[in-house]
Amino acid sequence: MTWVVVGVTCAGCYALKALGFLVPERVMERPVVGSAVRLLPVALLSSLIVSQSIGGAGGVRLDARLLGLAVAGLLLALRVPLALTLVAAVAATALLRLAIGI
Amino acid sequence: MNRGRRPIVRDALAIAVADGIFGVTFGALAVSAHLSLLEACALSLLAFTGASQFALVSVLAAGGGSPAAVASALLLGARNTLYALRVRSLLPRQWWPLRAHFVIDETTGMALGQRESSLHLPAFTITAACVFMMWNIGTAIGALVGLTTGDPRRFGLDAAGPAVFLALLVPMIKGRAELVATLAAAVTTLVTLPILPPGVPVLLAAAVGGLVAMVMRR
Repeated sequence: MTWVVVGVTCAGCYALKALGFLVPERVMERPVVGSAVRLLPVALLSSLIVSQSIGGAGGVRLDARLLGLAVAGLLLALRVPLALTLVAAVAATALLRLAIGI
Repeated sequence: MNRGRRPIVRDALAIAVADGIFGVTFGALAVSAHLSLLEACALSLLAFTGASQFALVSVLAAGGGSPAAVASALLLGARNTLYALRVRSLLPRQWWPLRAHFVIDETTGMALGQRESSLHLPAFTITAACVFMMWNIGTAIGALVGLTTGDPRRFGLDAAGPAVFLALLVPMIKGRAELVATLAAAVTTLVTLPILPPGVPVLLAAAVGGLVAMVMRR
C-alpha cells in the first residue's frame, strides 16, 4: 500500500518539475496562477507547523515539541545555519522530554 | 579546475553537508511513519525534493490518510515548477528531462546566483551532484538508525518536521499577502485540528489561507 503512495508521490514530484520545462512562460505569468503557486505553499507550511507541533491523538497535545519549535524560531531569527538549527531544535525537545517526560 | 568553479564546489559542498543532516532526519522520520527502508530511499532518489518528502511522511506519521499526505507533498512540489521556469533559460535545452529531476531550491539558487553565463550550467550540475549524493546517503543512514533505535519521540525527532517547515516558511514571507496566508492557515488549523480527521486540516487550511490572501490582494 505505501509503495503506491511512494510511487504516486515520486511521479507527481517529477511531473511538476518537468512541467516547468514544458509550459509556455505566459501561463505562469498570469497573476492568478502566480499568486496561487506562491501563496498556497505558504499557507500549507504554516498549517503543517501548527499541526505538527501541537497535533496528537484526539486533536491537540501540548508537549516538548513546542520548545523545539521555539528554539528553531529563535535560531532562525539569529540567522544560525539551518542544519545547526534543526539539530538544536531536536536536541532541546529530547532533553526536555528526558527531564520532565512530556 | 578553473577559478570560477572553485567557489561553486565549495558552496555546493557546504549546502550538501547541511542537506545530508536533513536527509538523516528525513530517513528517521520516514521509518517512524511506517515506511520501509527501501521506500524511504526510493523517495529520496526519485522524488528528490525535501519539503514534499517531509510533508508526506509528517502527514502519514500523524495518522493522516494517503490522499491528504500525497496532496500536501505535491502542493509543496509545485514550487519546483516555478524554479524550472526560471532555470530553463539558463541551461541547454538538450537533456532537459534528466535535468528536470534536479530542479530544487538549492540547484536553482546556485544557478541563478552566477554572474557569468558560462557558470550557470556548472553551478547547477555540481550542486545537483553534491546535494543528490548527500541527501540520499543521509536518508539511508537516518532510516537505518531509525529502524534500530525505536521510538523517534525519545530523540525529539517529532520536533524536526515543524523546525524544517518553519525554516522553509520564514524566507517565503515577503509581504502582507504571505503574512495573511500564514495567519489564516494557522487559525484554520487550530480550529479544525480537534474536529477533523488527521491530514484534512492541513489541506483545508492551505486552501483557506491561500484563498484569503489572494482575495485580499485585489
